Amino acid sequence: MTKYTNTGNKDTRSGFGAGLTELGQTNENVVALCADLIGSLKMDDFKKNHPERFFQVGIAEANMIGMAAGLTLGGKIPYTGTFANFSTGRVYDQIRQSVAYSDKNVKICASHAGLTLGEDGATHQILEDIGLMKMLPGMTVINTCDYNQTKAATIAIAEYHGPVYLRFGRPSVANFTPENGEFKIGKAVLLNEGTDVTIIATGHLVWEALIAAEALEAKGISAEVINIHTIKPLDDEAILKSIAKTGCVVTAEEHNILGGLGESVARVLSLNNPAPQEFVAVQDSFGESGTPDQLMEKYKLNNQAIEAAAEKVIARKK
Amino acid sequence: MKPNIQQLNDLTIQVRRDILRMVHAVNSGHPGGSLGCTEFMVALYQALMERKEGFDMDGLNEDMFFLSNGHISPVFYSVLARSGYFPVAELATFRLLNSRLQGHPTTHEGLPGVRIASGSLGQGLSVAIGAAQAKKLNGDSHLIYTLHGDGELQEGQNWEAIMYAAAYKVDNLIATVDVNGKQIDGPTDEVLNMGSIGAKFLAFGWDVVEIQLGNNLEAIIAGMTEAKAKTGQGRPVCVLLHTEMGNGVDYMMHTHAWHGKAPNDAQLETAFAQNISTLADY
Repeated sequence: MTKYTNTGNKDTRSGFGAGLTELGQTNENVVALCADLIGSLKMDDFKKNHPERFFQVGIAEANMIGMAAGLTLGGKIPYTGTFANFSTGRVYDQIRQSVAYSDKNVKICASHAGLTLGEDGATHQILEDIGLMKMLPGMTVINTCDYNQTKAATIAIAEYHGPVYLRFGRPSVANFTPENGEFKIGKAVLLNEGTDVTIIATGHLVWEALIAAEALEAKGISAEVINIHTIKPLDDEAILKSIAKTGCVVTAEEHNILGGLGESVARVLSLNNPAPQEFVAVQDSFGESGTPDQLMEKYKLNNQAIEAAAEKVIARKK
Repeated sequence: MKPNIQQLNDLTIQVRRDILRMVHAVNSGHPGGSLGCTEFMVALYQALMERKEGFDMDGLNEDMFFLSNGHISPVFYSVLARSGYFPVAELATFRLLNSRLQGHPTTHEGLPGVRIASGSLGQGLSVAIGAAQAKKLNGDSHLIYTLHGDGELQEGQNWEAIMYAAAYKVDNLIATVDVNGKQIDGPTDEVLNMGSIGAKFLAFGWDVVEIQLGNNLEAIIAGMTEAKAKTGQGRPVCVLLHTEMGNGVDYMMHTHAWHGKAPNDAQLETAFAQNISTLADY
């Protein structure tokens, strides 16, 4: 079992900011738009270094998405930045018509996704955004797990032509993926090989899955851990290959059980190789105020929940 | 060489016939607003915009147009076809299965001349502002033109965009509002009275040009030339184009009834008799 080291907690949004800063220097076509959340999205450096390529739109997300679509005409690569709720739910029709249906090369970058936004509560804790975005034809949906991976993804999506939803978060979490590691859109990352159960996790739940795998190992259970950073297009091949070996799966995500990664995995399994699955996800409810850790515990989105789900799903194997 | 007024007028009549035939053939579509904006669209594409040969999505070094009120696709398609973007014969596929001429305009089927999907209202101005900013970044001094319905201004996103364009001096943009005073459920003043649209644009920091005779080619060209002269001065420019919905077909005028209704066979013949073509139907 591979041992991963946390090189120090960092927030994924800072990975986005660092990636954008680097892109500012390396790709003159990259432009950025923000709806009055420059500090929260860590876009300060890009704004400072490239004021002519930065667009502060004010608290007007619909206009921001439309402007981003228009900026693509003439070869620009627009990155929009605001909270996940205001990046998706608030502007769904703008994204649908002006970006997705219009095939525009817009990168919708969304911070503060999920429960770990914390004390601001349910108005800001969107748990439906992955579902909303993955339903749009042609939309790529990425949910990164740590600072390094978020930085790498931010840089990688500039090289891909098409609309992308890049989801990340607010809290400081373990940073354990390689610095300046390769980011391949649509490619699963096999973190741990195992034989008894597959744990497929995305975003902040990936680190929790690694902790759960260690605990399971201590109980003599061999867990395979896969980091799915790209929910659409999903790496069906990697998922099927793993489950052919383990025979069961736990999916883990900071999202509603309806419409998330888990349902995408279930679709792949039902079409190809039905297998028992347990879902670590929010059980079709809104969130609430609290600290990130309190919320992840209350809504059962942590390593203990993954460990319990793994034992449950193994017992369901015939 | 740009066409003279007589040639523009001949084309206007032909575009009206195209619109009527397109909506009649599929018994659906939006003739009222299309007919009201026929002179404007003909003047824009034939006399006002600087356009390159052919079509590329980026539109570098040419003026660009965005239709925000996408339901008037019949006039857009006819003018695009008759301006050389795609074969005129393709107008016969309007709203049919597997056509590039969808009910509302889209880039999705690759129709030359279309740069953004529209239909869900209120989104075009934001897109146009982005395109205008891209032109500035690219050092391209060409202009961005848009068309919006007056009822469409009830969508809130417009006002986000109107605020932005003035605040950031997007002065390479001419946004035209088709002021026909009508929307699906009736007169705009009755559905949701917007007060003075011109005063609102002025209050938001735009320049405003009024074209009172919005169905008169010479008045349109004069007004748009005035609007063009106001670009590059730190303010976006709004043109209030006062039109008659259904213009050119007597029974479609002075009512909102033909917003989204096609003529029957007899009505089509009546309309044709009022619009004798010197060109050729598709």
